[in-house]
Amino acid sequence: MKTEHLITVREFCVYHNVDNTFINSLQQAGLVSVMIKSNDTFIPETELQKLEKMISLHQLDINVAGIEAITHLLDRMEQMQQKLIGMHNRLRIYEEE
Amino acid sequence: MAFIDYYKILGIDKAATDKDIKNAYRKQARKYHPDLNPNNTEANKKFQEINEANEVLSDPEKRKKYDKYGENWQHGEAYEQQSRQQQSRQNNNGGPGGFEGFGGGFGGGEDFSDFFQSMFGGAGSAGGGRRTGYRGQDLNAEFQLNLQDTLQTHKQTLTVNGKNIRITIPAGIENGQTIKIAGHGGAGTNGGPAGDLFIKFNIPADARFKRDGANLYNTIKLDLYTAVLGGELMVETPTGKVKVKVKPETQNGTKVKLKGKGMPVYKKENESGDLFITYDIQIPVNLTDKQKQLFEELSKS
Repeated sequence: MKTEHLITVREFCVYHNVDNTFINSLQQAGLVSVMIKSNDTFIPETELQKLEKMISLHQLDINVAGIEAITHLLDRMEQMQQKLIGMHNRLRIYEEE
Repeated sequence: MAFIDYYKILGIDKAATDKDIKNAYRKQARKYHPDLNPNNTEANKKFQEINEANEVLSDPEKRKKYDKYGENWQHGEAYEQQSRQQQSRQNNNGGPGGFEGFGGGFGGGEDFSDFFQSMFGGAGSAGGGRRTGYRGQDLNAEFQLNLQDTLQTHKQTLTVNGKNIRITIPAGIENGQTIKIAGHGGAGTNGGPAGDLFIKFNIPADARFKRDGANLYNTIKLDLYTAVLGGELMVETPTGKVKVKVKPETQNGTKVKLKGKGMPVYKKENESGDLFITYDIQIPVNLTDKQKQLFEELSKS
């Protein structure tokens, strides 16, 4: 079995000084997924990056709805950046060096 | 070393209350925070300034010291005290430089300005603007390759933060593409996982070939006689010269496809793009009388 490092939501909230309900709201909005094992809630390692990014936004007074909107916009922004790189490379065909 | 006006950076005046500072910091951070500005070095730089301003102004002791010396800080006792520390810090800066080709270096570290260092010493406390997470920081680096280097999948050893890591660069990688090396970013804390290392590949425009994905384009000069009568031509491809047959009566601007002579398709083994060559027919110049006469005859035939 693959061992995975899990962090309890409780421990995580204390460390980051955020409320449990914040993680719950993020989970309800479908922005992060948690794992329930023997009556305790855990954050899988794979969700940490996303979650810690959201916490830094939360610390800037951005609420869950705002974080949700930003997450979608950032996804689209990344797609657009990828497209832009592709376009930039294609444009080189027409550029004289 | 220039004086930094932290009040100006946060857009507040000297009478600002703690709450004003907090609000101003958050407002600026919502605009420039790295998580909201991916791949934007300018915003990241700006955020560092904001962070530093907040680090000083939100800490009553630092703020007091900063306000006391202000623009005359170099005459202050603090400067004298710190200058020795500063020197040793700078000596350390000449440390391992990584490997050749690493352009941008590593982002993500919280760097404080020389001004900050000389007034307050080493790095600031972690409790200020941003708290580090369980997961280590992601690191960014850039690596330069030539088109020729991307013809084959190859292994490359990189030195990242003093550690050697061996990466595989797949054939056909394109300019601006990023590869993620999982777990090679900053170390995690409290047993958290390490961050990832992102390597962006810069491939400058090639002098010989224009590229569109896996396809390559090139314009080749063709003499009039071969164009009219047909013949053979040696054509350069990324993997060496090949012989190409020229059909008689080839028109100027004719495009010929050399199948499979383009770039390897990224992460698709044994698949390659094509090389398209366009003929640029050269009209002879400095004709002799004899040659002119022959062309006249031709034009009347």
